[in-house]
Amino acid sequence: MKEITVPAAPDSVETVTAFVNEQLDAIRCPLPVRTQVDIAVDEVFSNIVRYAYGPEKGTATVRADVTDEPLSMTITFIDRGKPYNPLTTAAPDTTLPARQRRIGGLGVFILKNTMDDIAYEYRDGMNILTIRKMF
Amino acid sequence: MTINFEKNGTTLTAKPEGRLDSVTSPEFGQCLEPEMNGMTEVIIDLEKVEYVSSGGLRVLLTVQQEMEDREGTMKVIHVNPQIMQIFDMVGFLDVFTVE
Repeated sequence: MKEITVPAAPDSVETVTAFVNEQLDAIRCPLPVRTQVDIAVDEVFSNIVRYAYGPEKGTATVRADVTDEPLSMTITFIDRGKPYNPLTTAAPDTTLPARQRRIGGLGVFILKNTMDDIAYEYRDGMNILTIRKMF
Repeated sequence: MTINFEKNGTTLTAKPEGRLDSVTSPEFGQCLEPEMNGMTEVIIDLEKVEYVSSGGLRVLLTVQQEMEDREGTMKVIHVNPQIMQIFDMVGFLDVFTVE
């Protein structure tokens, strides 16, 4: 298990993505899977910055665990911001024409459609969101 | 982020490089906005873009809506399979012209 703690600021997503990619590359993760994980990291991390901390400042810890059989990567995001469960976000209507489209909820929609498992819990003052992707 | 702009008459081609994520997409949108003045066609060339997250989808949707407002067109070209999968997943293949 490896982890990194960064300021919960928009720019930190670059650092977190580089950290996650390092773990993925070490186990020769195929590019299409890596891309999905990178997008998931961006969606989750930007939500922490925007909703859990809002204008407040804080940090976020990201843990990466590799599991064998089946080979998978589990990434855990931990922050001490306001309780925020992104999984309760309403699903967007993906059939509307451009004029009526709203972007809200698309990030979580992508997350739910690309990851194999997603779990959220609020424990001891921490938002803990776990995503798992099998290769 | 690096973005190349090319104008040919009233056609604007914007070619961003890297990722269209939560950090780079707002920057892309801000750079693109003034360049779109007076254009009737906007082409977003994603040849050098690795992936697009919901932040990037937001910018593309905004451009599409703006071009519809001024009776212009937008199309997205050179879309890699990873980006195509996301467009398909969120139903954007019905919203944009993708070539």
